[in-house]
Amino acid sequence: MMPAIEIKGLEHWFGKGELRRQILFDIDLSTAPGEIVILTGPSGSGKTTLLTLIGALRAVEQGSLRLFGRELRGASDDDRIAVRRRIGFIFQQHNLLGFLSARQNVEMALELDPTIDAGERRSLASVMLAKVGLGERLDHPPSKLSGGQKQRVAVARALVGNPDLVLADEPTASLDKVTGQEVATLIERLARERGASILLVTHDPRILGIADRIIAMEDGRIVNAAENPCD
Amino acid sequence: MRSIWLASRLAWRQLTHQPARLASAVAGVVFACLLVFMQLGFHDALFDSATSTARAIRGDIIMFSRQSETTSRTSGLPRARLMQALADPDVARVTPIYLGQVIWKNPETAVRRSIMVLGADPDSGVFALEGASAAAERLRQRDTLLFDAQSRPEYGPIGERLARGATTVEVANRTTEVVGLFRLGASFAADGNLLTSDVNFHRLVRDRMPDMVDVGAVFLKAGADVSAAKTRLQRLLPDDVRVMTRDEFIANERAYWANSAAIGFIFLFGVGMGLIVGFVIVYQILFTDVANHLSEYATLKAMGYSDHYLLAVVFSEALMLAALGFVPGLALSWWLFDVSADATFLPMLLRPDMAAFVFVLIFAMCAASGAVAVRKLRDANPADMF
Repeated sequence: MMPAIEIKGLEHWFGKGELRRQILFDIDLSTAPGEIVILTGPSGSGKTTLLTLIGALRAVEQGSLRLFGRELRGASDDDRIAVRRRIGFIFQQHNLLGFLSARQNVEMALELDPTIDAGERRSLASVMLAKVGLGERLDHPPSKLSGGQKQRVAVARALVGNPDLVLADEPTASLDKVTGQEVATLIERLARERGASILLVTHDPRILGIADRIIAMEDGRIVNAAENPCD
Repeated sequence: MRSIWLASRLAWRQLTHQPARLASAVAGVVFACLLVFMQLGFHDALFDSATSTARAIRGDIIMFSRQSETTSRTSGLPRARLMQALADPDVARVTPIYLGQVIWKNPETAVRRSIMVLGADPDSGVFALEGASAAAERLRQRDTLLFDAQSRPEYGPIGERLARGATTVEVANRTTEVVGLFRLGASFAADGNLLTSDVNFHRLVRDRMPDMVDVGAVFLKAGADVSAAKTRLQRLLPDDVRVMTRDEFIANERAYWANSAAIGFIFLFGVGMGLIVGFVIVYQILFTDVANHLSEYATLKAMGYSDHYLLAVVFSEALMLAALGFVPGLALSWWLFDVSADATFLPMLLRPDMAAFVFVLIFAMCAASGAVAVRKLRDANPADMF
């Protein structure tokens, strides 16, 4: 089976000239389809940079990065945009559009697919919101939702298009303990239902339990890659 | 097509989300519309009224003194030049026209005010004015004249007085009889007009030498070539005469007001100011929309939305503001044109071509604001979102 993510010898630098500084050193990593991987490490360890490279949000400079079998090194902007449409993003902040209702926000993820008509978008979004427990709040604007509810809308938006990969950056950081755990479990359950891989960056020890594998990074290198001892 | 529709729907939802902000943006566009319409309206009215005297003169070719710039301030042309023109085989007749300013006394208030007087042989039919030729017979009598019914009201209610039979007025300290009305209209140069015979003109304007005329209207024989005749006349006549076709004469009058009087520039400046004000208001609204939603826009980019899609959103907003502002702007201007026409006695006309032109200007203004505001979109970088 083709790995979802396949990285070999990936290196990355920030800055120019004298200030040029290496952020990632010789990263090798691959994940199987449906695998849930958590990336941990102190701030500045390069895990967020790695996430943006995998999310096709930055151009690959050196090494090989294949996503769903497609090489991203040397990919054009349009290629990267096309790849991004197969990824569901969940950010630390919900980043919902304030002028749209919860359902319209979720529908935004489906509008990129011209094969889905307006009625289908509506029903898919409603079903997805029901699954994250917001079936009663379809037409609420984000300003009328709690922090946890907003993040659940963001989860629904990331997963409604059946992405092959979900990238999440500290999705529970702005939530309290109980809500954070709920959201993490939700991400896990929905991704497993759909067979999507997850790569989740977090500091939050309370949610490590959802992972199949935990990868720790330090100073731009992967320092261990172990099966999750919690399993 | 599909993504344009979705982008404009998103733009519409964003615009209508905050009605108060939408209202202020639309008010800005309405204001710009009003400014541009009013300036163009006054501009056109000025030129329409400034050329009204020139347009009232018939004739295929016009003879004008080389020293005259405009019909409202003429230098004399020797009458002998008109006789010389008759030497051309294609010239049928030449009519001398006299133009001058006299003092009119308002018969009700006795207030004196300067008024333009036009004089020519009443039988010549040289004035293309409603009511002029019908009164030819009466104008040949001593001290008679016609009054311009579209003169400013400061000259008195002459139309009403005529209906009552009160026809006597005092012009240039002479007791004179108003024998009828004609329609020409006030202009920036003249608040009112009188029309009389050449003989009566000289009774009113005493300081004029009888052998000097102001305009010579040349009538050609039927089927004659106007431009060929014009070239021959210019060659035939001494250099103190300018020979123009009627269209050139009107264009010359228009150019005088447009250039030497700098009035054209003033109004176009006003148009520019209106557009700049509108540009700034629309830009402010669009810029803050983008700046306040940078992380949301970046999220859309991360999800796979292209830059073009987001550009389409901002441009749709700009063009929607243009359309939303133009409609009430047009309606308000329509009403204000009526109000100003009543107040200034200028021919304020909101013609369809002017409306179309302003529509284009307002659209361009909003598109330009959008073009500047979208530069802020570059700051929406999804890689910075993590």
